[in-house]
Parts: sequence; C-alpha cells; structure tokens
Amino acid sequence: MRVPLNWLADYVDLPADTDPHALAAEFASIGLEEEDFFGPEITGPLVVGRVLELVKEEHSNGKTVNWCRVDVGPAHNEDVDDPKDPQPGEERPSRGIICGAHNFVVGDLIVACLPGAVLPGDFQIAARKTYGHKSDGMICSAKELGLGEDHDGIIVLTDLGLSGEPGDSAIELLGLDQVTLDVNVTPDRGYQLSMRGIAREYAQMKGQAFSDIGSPAVAEVNDPTDDGFPVVVEDSNPIDGNVGCDQFTAVQVTGLDPAATTPFWMQRRLIAAGMRPISLTVDVTNYVMLELGQPLHAYDTALLGEEIVVRRAQAGEKFTTLDDVERTLDAEDLLITDRGGKGSDSTGGKIIGLAGVMGGAAVEVNDKTADVVIESAHFDPISIARTARRHKLSSEASRRFERGVDPLLGPVAARRCADLLVELAGGTLSPATTQVGQAPEATVIELPVKRVDSLVGVDYTTAEVTGLLEGIGAGIEVIGKDRLAVTVPSWRTDITADVDLIEEVARTGGYDRIPSIQPAARAGQGMTEAQRTRRRISNLLAADGFTEVLSYPFTSDKRDDQLRLEADDVRRKHIRLANPMSEDLPLMRTNLLSTLVELVARNFGRGAKDVALFEAGLVSTSAGLPAGPGPRHLPGYHPTDAELEEVYASVPAQPYHYAGIISGNVEAPGVWGKGRKAEATDVIDTVRRIAGVNGIEVTVEADQITPWHPGRAAKFLLADGQELGHAGEFHPKVCENLGLPARSVAFEIDLDALLAQEDLRTWDGALSTYPVSRQDVALIVDESLPTQTLAATLREGAGEELELLETFDLYTGDQLPDGKKSLAFRLTFRAPDRTLKADDASAMREAATQLAAERHGAEVRS
Amino acid sequence: MTDQLDPLDESAVNAAVDAALRAFADARTLDDLKAAKIEFTGDKAPLALANRAIGGLDKADKAAAGKIVGKSRGQVKRALDARQAELEAERDAAVLIEESIDVTLPTDRNRLGARHPLSLIQEQAADYFIGLGWEVAEGPEIESEWLNFDSLNFGPDHPARQMQDTFFVDPPEAGLVLRTHTSPVQSRSLLQRGVPLYIVCPGKTFRTDELDATHTPVFHQIEGIAIDKGLTMANLQGTLDGFAREMFGPESKTRLRPSFFPFTEPSAEMDFWFPNKVGGPGWIEWGGCGMVHPNVLKAAGIDPDVYQGFAFGMGIERTLMLREGINDMHDMVEGDVRFSARFGMKA
Repeated sequence: MRVPLNWLADYVDLPADTDPHALAAEFASIGLEEEDFFGPEITGPLVVGRVLELVKEEHSNGKTVNWCRVDVGPAHNEDVDDPKDPQPGEERPSRGIICGAHNFVVGDLIVACLPGAVLPGDFQIAARKTYGHKSDGMICSAKELGLGEDHDGIIVLTDLGLSGEPGDSAIELLGLDQVTLDVNVTPDRGYQLSMRGIAREYAQMKGQAFSDIGSPAVAEVNDPTDDGFPVVVEDSNPIDGNVGCDQFTAVQVTGLDPAATTPFWMQRRLIAAGMRPISLTVDVTNYVMLELGQPLHAYDTALLGEEIVVRRAQAGEKFTTLDDVERTLDAEDLLITDRGGKGSDSTGGKIIGLAGVMGGAAVEVNDKTADVVIESAHFDPISIARTARRHKLSSEASRRFERGVDPLLGPVAARRCADLLVELAGGTLSPATTQVGQAPEATVIELPVKRVDSLVGVDYTTAEVTGLLEGIGAGIEVIGKDRLAVTVPSWRTDITADVDLIEEVARTGGYDRIPSIQPAARAGQGMTEAQRTRRRISNLLAADGFTEVLSYPFTSDKRDDQLRLEADDVRRKHIRLANPMSEDLPLMRTNLLSTLVELVARNFGRGAKDVALFEAGLVSTSAGLPAGPGPRHLPGYHPTDAELEEVYASVPAQPYHYAGIISGNVEAPGVWGKGRKAEATDVIDTVRRIAGVNGIEVTVEADQITPWHPGRAAKFLLADGQELGHAGEFHPKVCENLGLPARSVAFEIDLDALLAQEDLRTWDGALSTYPVSRQDVALIVDESLPTQTLAATLREGAGEELELLETFDLYTGDQLPDGKKSLAFRLTFRAPDRTLKADDASAMREAATQLAAERHGAEVRS
Repeated sequence: MTDQLDPLDESAVNAAVDAALRAFADARTLDDLKAAKIEFTGDKAPLALANRAIGGLDKADKAAAGKIVGKSRGQVKRALDARQAELEAERDAAVLIEESIDVTLPTDRNRLGARHPLSLIQEQAADYFIGLGWEVAEGPEIESEWLNFDSLNFGPDHPARQMQDTFFVDPPEAGLVLRTHTSPVQSRSLLQRGVPLYIVCPGKTFRTDELDATHTPVFHQIEGIAIDKGLTMANLQGTLDGFAREMFGPESKTRLRPSFFPFTEPSAEMDFWFPNKVGGPGWIEWGGCGMVHPNVLKAAGIDPDVYQGFAFGMGIERTLMLREGINDMHDMVEGDVRFSARFGMKA
C-alpha cells in the first residue's frame, strides 16, 4: 500500500517536519514493513514562468520550435539579452528558452526548469545551444517531472487548476516535495489497504484520537429506499454455502458534466498511490477505494438494462474484461450482469463485470456519460480469490475483497463517491438508494487478561489491554474480574479467536516490550545414529578428496537416455512435476548420479582438470505410490489414525543416497611423479570405506548395470542380503553422452540400507601378543575366478589362527597358460596361546592351498 | 720414524704426546685422523716403541717408565677418541645436510576434498540446539499438501497459500508438493513424537523462483519448534537471541517485528543484529517466527489449552551469504569446486 504522506495528513496530526525514514521504521515496528520509498526526485530551480513572447521558427529538419522569452521571476531573470542572440520581442528581464511543444500561448503560466536543476532519472539541466539559440532552461512536461505519462505537451498551470507568480517554486506548487511510503500489508489485514486503515494505525501508534471517516456513525449515508436501481442476487452456486454477494449498495448521480476533468490534486494522489488517472468518474471511484478500502464501480445508467443481476457464470460462458482479454468463465465465477435493455444476449441481459475483480466495456462510463449508478458491494472473499487466481487477474479490487472488506462500508463509500462526483462534476445525488442484504452481526470474543501474559510473557494490566484493544477499534466490556468481552471491529475479519486479540495487544503494545528468556529444554537424546553416520561418511569423503555439492534434483527422460537406462528400469519411475521450472527438467531424480553428472561437466567446462564430487541427499520414486487423489483435511482437523496412515502412504518413498564421481586423476601429477588416473577400484574402495566407518562388511560382486561399464562395475551386498549400491567405471557411451572425461568412475549407494544393518562385530577377548608367522603362496587359477572367492576359500582352509590375508600380486602373461592368472597371497598367522613354529604355519598354509586346489583347481606356482 | 724414545725421558715423552695431540687436532677428516692414529698410536709409533722398550729396562726403572708412558698413552688415546667423535659428528651432520629436501615443494598429490558450507552450517546449527537439549528431526522433501499447508493452518483458499510459489506434483489432485518450507516437519514431529517437543529441522525446500543472485528454486531452511506447558514469546525471543549469538558472534541479538504467518499467532519477522555488516553494524532480516497457532496443535491432536509454544524458521543460504560475505547465489548452487574448497570441513 502506497501512502502519500500529505494524504495521510488529511486524517491524522502528521507534523510537517516528520522524518519519513523514522516514520517508516515506526510503521515497521507495528507490522507495516517498508517496501519502497518515493522521496523528492527533483532539485531546483524549478519555478513558475510566464511566457512573455514567442516566435515560431521552422528548421531544416522540418520541425517547428518556439523561441520564447519567459519571465521566471526577479531572482532568476537575466536583466539584459545576449546581444548576439536576443530573445524575441521587447527587451526586459527574462530568460530565453527553446520549446518544441505547441500547446501554449503567450501569457500562459508554465513550469520552467533552470540550469542547475536535476530532474528524475538524474537528468541535469544546463544552458545549451540548440536550434540556433542558447536555451537557458527547459519548459517541462508532466512526464519530465515524473507527474504522469502525458508527454503530448508541456504543463500549462491553469489547465491543472493551479496558479502562481513567476519565480514561485513549482516544486511545492506541484507537490514534488512530497514523500510516499510504500508499506507491505500482510494478507490477513485487508483493512490496511486504505488510507483509513493506515491512519488508524498511525493514530494509535502516536496516541492520537481518531475520527473514523469510514464509520457509518461518523460519515453521512443514504437511507435505503424502495425506488433504488433494481438489484437482485441470484446465487445458484454458493461456495461452501456462502452467498457470493451478501450486500449490494447502489446510489445514483444524474446530470454530471461529461467534460469535467479530474482535479490536479486528485491525479497527484492517485499517481502517488500507484494508480493511473483515467477519467473523472473512474478516478473518483479509485480515490474512494484508496481512501476507505471499498472497491467501487460506476456504470453509465443509459447503457444499463432494467436491473442489475448478480449471478454465477455458466461454465464456458465468455466475457471480455477491460484489459481486452476474453475469459472463458467457470461455474464458480461470480458475475455482475444486467437484464433487459440494449445489447441483451440470449440470457436476456449482458455481463457487465467479473464481480469484485474487473469490469467489461459494455456499460463503462465514457465521454458522454451524464448519469451513473455506483456499485458498492460486498463479496465472498473466497469466491473472489478463486476467480482472481483462476483467471490470473489480480486487480486492486480483488486484492481488497479477497483479504476482506469492511462489511459496514458499502453505504459509506457509495455516498462518499457520489458526493465527490457532485462536487467535481456537478450533477445531483438521487435519494433513490438500493440496499440488498444486511451487515453481519459483530463477533464477540471473551478474553481473560491473564491469557495475554501467559502467551506473550509481558505482564499487561487490564487497563492496558482495554486501551490497546480500543485503539484498534474494538468495543470492550468487562464481564468479570480481569475478564473482557471484546466486540471485534467490523473491518477486522482476521480476528476470530482470542489469540488474534492477543497478537493485537502485543503488536500495538510493542514487541520491544517482550523480554528475552531462554527456555530450559527437556534433556534430549542428541543426534540419531543416522545423523551421526551421515557426518562420518561426509567427512570421510571430503578427507578422501571428494568435494560436496548440492545439485538441483530435477531431471528428464533425456537424461535417463543419456545414462542408457532401459525402458523398464525402475529408475525411470519418476515423480513428475505439474509446474516445473523448465519443461526440459520436469522429473524428480530417482538417483543422485543423474543430476551429479551435470556438475562434473560444469566444472570441466570451467577449466577444472581433475574433479571428484559427492552428493548426499534424498531421491524419490513413483513406484508403489497410490493412484487417485490424495487425502485432504481442513485446518484444525485432527485426522484419525487411519486417515493419518493414508496421508503418510500418499507420500512417495524417498531414500537417502550418497553418490560420487571421480574424473581424471585420483592422484595428481606433480613433482612427485606422473600421478594416477582414477579407476573403478578407487570408487569400489570408497564404498568399502563408507561401510567400514560403521564397521559394516560388504560383499562385492561383478555386475552389469547401466550407467556403468559392463565389465567394470561392482555390486555391493550387505549381510542381510540388501543391495547397498554400485560402483565402477562409467560406460564409455555414457561419458560421451554427458560430455564427461572418458573413464570417469562413479558410485551410488542407499544409505538407508546401510543403516538398516545389524552391527555384527564381535570381540574375542584380549589381543594376543605372541609373535606372528608369515607365509607366502602364489596360486594359479582360472582368470574368471573372483579374487574375493579365492581369498574366502584360503581363509576358510587356513583356520582360525590366520590373522591377516593380503593379496600382494596379480600376474597374467606369457609364463602362464591362456586363461589363467596367478595371485600371490601373504598369510599372517598368530595363535592366542603360544608361539607358532614354522612347521605349524606351513601346515596351515598347506591346508589353505589344499582347499583352494579342491574347490578351484588352484595350483601352487613355484 | 725418529729415534727410539727413552721411556724415562719425561720431557721427550711429553713432546711425543704433544706431537700426537697436535696431529689429531690438525686432522680435518676421518681419513686424516686415521693416518695420525697409525702414526701416533700404531705399532711403530714412538710411544708404542717406548712402551715396548720398558721391558728392556732395569727392574728399578720399569715402574717409573711405566707410569710415564702409560699416562701419556692414555692421554693420547683419549684425545684420539675425542677427535674421532668430533669428526664423526661433523661427518654425520654433513650427510644429513646433504639429504635436505625443499620442504616447500607441493605436497598435494592426494587432494583434500571439502564439505559444502550449506551442509556445515546446518550441522553447526544442529549442534547448537542439541547442546540445549533439543533434537534434530527430518522429513521428506516431496510432501503431502495436508502436511505442507492444511495441518499448518493454511486453508485451501488462504491468501498465504498464494504467497508461496509452490511446485505441485503431477497430477495436482494427488495432493503432493515439493515442500515450500521445513514446517511440515513441525506437524510430523507433533504427530509422531508428541509433546513436550523441542526440535529443529534443517533441510531442503523448494519454491518456483528463477535462479538469480538472491533466489534459487531449491534452498535450505532451519526450522525450530518448542511446545511445552507455559512457553511464551519471551522464550521465543530468548531462543532466537542465543541462536543469533551462535551464528553471528557474541554481540548479536534479535528483534521481532509484527507480521503474519498462518501457522503462528502472534507472528513476527525477526531481524538480527549483525556486528560485521558491510557498512557498519545494523539489523538484518533473518526469518519468521511466532507462537504456534492453536489450529496447528489441534491438527496434531494436542490440546492448545494445555500446551503452547513457539516456532521459527530462517534461510540457510541467507545466513551463509551474510556471514561469509557471499554476494551471488549462483556460487552456492552451481557446484563449482572452487567455492567449497575455501571452507574445507568448517564453515
């Protein structure tokens, strides 16, 4: 809400020396946060001038300009002309100014901007040579002064109803020294979208008495008569049982002067408040809306049918709003229509407006309108909100109606509008007044004063609470010891319960009165195991060289194709967004790698050489999601256990994943050597280490799964059979598709699966301190035999005194038959109760190789 | 070698000793010393010969000669050992010096990675509240509309529901959204943990804002809710003051300004006092807060006449940007390794 301070001063005692910035801070402290500040944008000299002489000079570019002698007052006039460039006509004190506009004549009072002045947009004025003369200033248009869009000509003061003497400051005359504060009105406080509402806040803040111009007790209103313009409300489709239009006031003014124009002061205020002056009648309705908060509409009586009908639209009905957009209407849209008369359609009338939102052209006031019917109605906020949202049409009217308009305001605003029209355009206010519907009963809420203290933590007295609530316009009755019955003001539709009143006490009493007391929480249980595990893993990965990133979780079918996911891959079961940021990325990711790959490519695009990234976060799946509409319950309703189960079940599964990618070197080249490229085993080890931080053992198996290389991917299995995830080298085509460096490696795991594991670690007692005995053996086996399988066999065969089994060499080559490989192991034995002799250790090694021979045909390589 | 030394000629013996000591002292290397050792202590050295000559002396002179020569030989031996130790130490020191390396050579063959500062700041906030006895709760990012809105007193037509630009899951009838705030975790916690309740919830949130210098469609919040008997706005203020000190230094504090949120009444915007603000200390808007609305408690089956409390929420990105002087959101969301690198594992 834009609040021109000189307008506000009409209703409250606003000292002329008020510091607007300090006022903005005070407003913020009662909940009116500053959005914008419109201060004086012009520095002088900007003065009233009188055109003493002008000659029209035609120039070679085809343009005719006026070479003017302008009296700008004794303080600014030059006494003599420049002999080389005399001004037109008789020499006398003045300035010579060139002006391209032609809407003025000798004798007119204009606004002259003299050298040294600065206009909006940091437009600095200086004397300059133009069209063969020295122009010693500029004659200003409204647009140049930020007074509107009118650039057709310069300002002639008398046209604005203004006058003055040459040399007078035009800054004050035109109100260019005025300040407007734009304050943010929260959506619950419709009453603040008016000067009336803001003035009340100001008066209470300053402790001033407030005379409410919007109160029917203060303002003049017309009494309803039987001969008012006929209005009927025919609501066949009320929303939630609420009739769309519960009150409709109509008054009539006749004999308006169609040529009357909006006075300058009103135009200034409308512009300062952010609206565009249109015509006198429209401007007056807007002015009263800004003043009181009641949206109004004026119809040309001559164009109206016999009666006004408020009804719901028929689904599919068409209506063109004043912004020239044809709207296809919904059965919930509330319409203002007429019946009978000219231009009636098949319904026997015509649509004249989308109620409370925007009118149409049919019965708009125009340059011939002499008689008007003024609509001042009250509409169901929900109906208006839905219509405005449905048609993406938020207007000044709809903003107010959906936030709640004072239901007592209709007759006051109608009369105020009519009075202004009569004052500014002649005409006569007809006594014939329509009043459909009645204002609702006032709400009364009981408030124990103690309850305020117990919620806010400030010890208010009953007198204070009473005073503060009276300040917002409430009626207070003491109904017991420290117990109040509070009559809620009609404009405060947001106040429905005691907490709303408590907020008003705290707000108007000042939040700065609230002390700061840290509460003693109950003893908590610290982090959960899941939370601790995530920190361990994230820190491990960072220590291992990965940089954590947070990619957007949005992906696409195209990305799935790039990752070579099969059509029936479960990772293609995405949650789809109805309104994605980009149609290119309408899906929620089912795995982290699908969005992480992009960040790797971005880093390479920015010149990174070797990149290791990891991400931790939720993924989702549409698999298993119930079809059909989700459960809905209204605010304040506590669902049953079964209903809650339904709510929880409607939410898709969202497991917590970790994923990482290494592209390029895992060990950098440098003074120490050539470095080492990342390979599949690096990320396979990363997953082992992740499991290792929680003491979990994983089984590794070869796997063929996209997006990995079919021969270089591992699957990780957990003790309970759950799959932990995958790691390995990306498929070469995947790197190509995504613009990743060749041979990039990646892992992705499901942390929830890891967390579900039982801790199987055991402890056998004190550590043996007997010496170890080491035995080496190299075994020749089929190349296809997984090392992990052979190692497991050796472990089994070697017995319990095998403390450590290390694989220290892998050989394939000429010295071995085709299809064979040699693996060398070091077995470290240690007994708990004795020193092992060499013979004991060799016997155990023998047993191990024997079992390997039996199971895998392993031969000892000599 | 010179003439046979008379073992009884004490001055001659002393001269021989002096000669030996001089030779040892003059030895610059272990090799020099070895040569001197042979010369002055070897079989043919004067003192050795003198020693041998004692055997041929009269019995009466043997003792005196033995004493003179023995003492001298001892003296020579000690001098030799001392010089030997000295030269060996010099040699060893020289070897170690030769083995010197340039310790300023690059060492980063295995790079250190980094955590994302947005994660670190969430951990810092969680640690602070855990220290107070609170717990950390979590919830899904794709959330039911009931939990994201209605359970928090946002009615189907509430204007506030339009304030937030929500991502809806297709089809919209499914009643699923990308959570617009971490507040649904309030409802989940009230429903699943009950009261008394003291929890914070850091997490990812979504609104349909285009990415620019100050907006991102995917961002993070930290939410707090405390419900118990007798909690007041003063307790809210106290909690926020403490959290501001943790995040922005011991001189920080918070200020409340009236505002509106459907799930709190009274509601407030919260500013914090930022001692390190660019251009001088001042108030900066940090988040929203208020006393939990009775409808939120009712929706969770909690009696608002018995239990009451407060809730607050603030943006993690904003907190980080202010604290670390980051002026473009792009840096936080684009995943450029150069951004996180400067934070290591501590924001």
